[in-house]
Amino acid sequence: MQVIATLTRSERQWALIILLVLFALGLALMAAGRNDPLAGHGALVMIAALAAIFAVISGYFTPEPGDERLDHYYDEPSKIGLVLAMAWAAVGMFFGVWVAALLAWPDLTFDAGWASFGRIRPVHTTGVIFGFGGNALIATSFYVMQRTSRARLPDQLSPLFVLFGYNLFCLLAVSGYMMGITQSKEYAEPEWYADIWLVVVWVVYFVIYLRTLARRNEPHIYVANWYYLAFILVVAMLHIVNNLAVPVSFGSAKSYSLFSGVQDAMTQWWYGHNAVAFFLTSGFLGMLYYYMPKRAGRPIYSYRMSIISFWGITFFYMWAGSHHLHYTALPQWVQSLGMTFSIMLLIPSWVSAGNALMTLNGAWHKVRDDAVLRFMMVAAVFYGLTTFEGSFMAIRTVNSLSHYTDWTIGHVHAGTLGWVSMITFGAIYASVPWLWKRPAMYSTQLVETHFWFAIAGTIVYVFAMWNSGIIQGLMWRTYNDSGTLAYSFVDSLIAMHPYYIARTVGGLLFLTGTLVGCYNVWMTIRTAPRTSTTGAEPALAEQPLLQPGE
Amino acid sequence: MFGFHYRLERKAIGLVLGIIFVASIGGIFEIAPLFTIHQTVEDAPNMRVYTPLELAGRNIYTREGCYACHSQMIRTLRDEVERYGPYSLAVESKYDHPMLWGSKRTGPDLARIGGKYSDEWHVAHLINPRDVVPESIMPRYNWLSHTALRTDDLSAHLRAQRAVGVPYTDEMIANAAADAAAQSAPESPLVEGLTKRYGEATTVRSFDGNPAELTEMDALIAYLQILGRLTDVATHPASAAGE
Ligand code: HEC
Repeated sequence: MQVIATLTRSERQWALIILLVLFALGLALMAAGRNDPLAGHGALVMIAALAAIFAVISGYFTPEPGDERLDHYYDEPSKIGLVLAMAWAAVGMFFGVWVAALLAWPDLTFDAGWASFGRIRPVHTTGVIFGFGGNALIATSFYVMQRTSRARLPDQLSPLFVLFGYNLFCLLAVSGYMMGITQSKEYAEPEWYADIWLVVVWVVYFVIYLRTLARRNEPHIYVANWYYLAFILVVAMLHIVNNLAVPVSFGSAKSYSLFSGVQDAMTQWWYGHNAVAFFLTSGFLGMLYYYMPKRAGRPIYSYRMSIISFWGITFFYMWAGSHHLHYTALPQWVQSLGMTFSIMLLIPSWVSAGNALMTLNGAWHKVRDDAVLRFMMVAAVFYGLTTFEGSFMAIRTVNSLSHYTDWTIGHVHAGTLGWVSMITFGAIYASVPWLWKRPAMYSTQLVETHFWFAIAGTIVYVFAMWNSGIIQGLMWRTYNDSGTLAYSFVDSLIAMHPYYIARTVGGLLFLTGTLVGCYNVWMTIRTAPRTSTTGAEPALAEQPLLQPGE
Repeated sequence: MFGFHYRLERKAIGLVLGIIFVASIGGIFEIAPLFTIHQTVEDAPNMRVYTPLELAGRNIYTREGCYACHSQMIRTLRDEVERYGPYSLAVESKYDHPMLWGSKRTGPDLARIGGKYSDEWHVAHLINPRDVVPESIMPRYNWLSHTALRTDDLSAHLRAQRAVGVPYTDEMIANAAADAAAQSAPESPLVEGLTKRYGEATTVRSFDGNPAELTEMDALIAYLQILGRLTDVATHPASAAGE
């Protein structure tokens, strides 16, 4: 085990202790929940711990790393994280295509309960958001933080704990849904014990961040880190509050939310919308603020715009959640606040997108020639488009049409395919050669191929859902001359069929691109490193990308 | 302002506190009042709690992810009210931990589905929706009718519900498993206790048509049939307190 070789002797011992505790926790869950699906999760935790224990033991007697390790950044967790991110992308998007297909051909379930739409839809959302997105965020945050602070991670063990602990959480989540374990709160489905585990992992993550920042050799904390910090902190806050619940017993996987009805709805969408904000936006803006200027070889266009958009996003987003509850039993004053802030949110969002695109000024020829940079440019464009659409859909009257329809799904995918995935693929393609010390990706042609699959998939998907969503919304509210509703629900269902097929095709295109990407990343890692120093990070690495107070 | 920021971004702890402060304001302003302002949730003196069988059914509804396709929140829009019935009131989900308002209508809203169809229709529909509605894209749930309902932990469920604020009595908690069995066995001597605890209006019948066995199908249909009927304040506003 190569990773184990990077740990010091005492870290290997600590790793074993932690894993033994984890094993004991798994055993306890299994014993307490022997009549419950919880036992399955206890077993899963035990197996994971046991596998890791074997890995640590098998590498236990490899020579310790010397002090020269301190002269290099510690990139092992970033490497593993990026590989895991690609793996989760493939799995999560596969499930996405599957659930899309189920809406066109509902019997594609092999007659198995675990494969029914309601159970595997969260497998898709968790797989892509938390599996793919989360691993990419953790991996890049470690990478970016060390370079922008010119400080090494404080130790080797804790970042690995965060990475593997987080993946254990994701595994508990997706396996749970298929076994029927869920809280039903959207994007917060995992049950109480997985939630508690995530809190532990997250606290360690935060502490690593603070410890690294404390050791930095740069007086200023670079913008990317503000965003990563906001991501870590606010996600912790949201996660803890929204998941407050009372378990049925310590031997039961099931819990009941502390909140009910209208208060729960507001808490849930305060969480849900800000999961979009601080997981899918802040974190990825952190990525953008590092990789885009780096790849383009140009500093961020404006320091002041970065400040305005950062605090604007952090402040405004937290008010916007109630636009998910227009015309519901939520008091109207909260709905109005949500709408107002959602519209104001457009300002910092567009300032961010503008700042990113202006950064490319003078490097457009690179965008043309370099598919990696093009991924990032397209991401910024989709970020701008989606935030505009989001503010628009938060307007009450627009929302009366769009809510509950596929339009929302289209909007979300414009954001997640067009913005989040594109920036992530860009960042991954940029960092894989840097991390593994290769001159370039295995095949630039395949990066190009991936790019076009991704673009085509996104466009087909989003247009299919815009069409179906708007048609659905209009059919539900159309009256005929005699003043009665013109269409039954089933009429609208029939009208959706072609769009659901188109959406599946769009998803399949996007997935194909991702698989091409996985292959390319894998081959890059496997080819032998060149001996020359080409492929080293651009010289900019040692320079702050942004001169504060420019 | 930018000068201030120039200094702020040199202090990790300053940034951390700044982020926490700025990000907390929205939630505090919008969520906290919902717990204190009395008008947020209407009064409904005749509102009853879910019976153990209905609660078990609700848990199956969450487990299967029905909420991913069905909303339970009729908005205050004319076409919704005409399609699905009177718009939903906050009080109607006050015992829902968590709420199942949903966010997507791949299928119709279910907030007032209770009583709309017969039990037989639901059984046939859940076993294979396409037998009943040929164009349907809803999954089949055929295994529910031959999966026995787990009742040994229902008391613990009710106790946890009470811990989060649902007014179950000690008696309800103690008899949860018996009450669940009784609700789908009309001939059972236990029915008396059930109706004493949850009211005469409690529907007692074999929901899946097979009184010999208590299945998950019984529980799910018991739940579907009570949706929108825990209180009648939305349908008969006059029964709301003080009006
Ligand atoms: C893939 C999305 C999907 C899932 C998941 C789903 N449904 Fe449906 N449901 C539909 C669609 C579409 C219809 C409309 C066609 C029909 O009646 O079958 C429907 C109709 C219904 C109806 C009839 C509503 C009416 O007013 O006519 C009921 C009741 C229902 N579903 C219950 C459930 C339950 C209970 C579950 C979970 C066990 C569930 N559904 C899961 C899509 C879904």
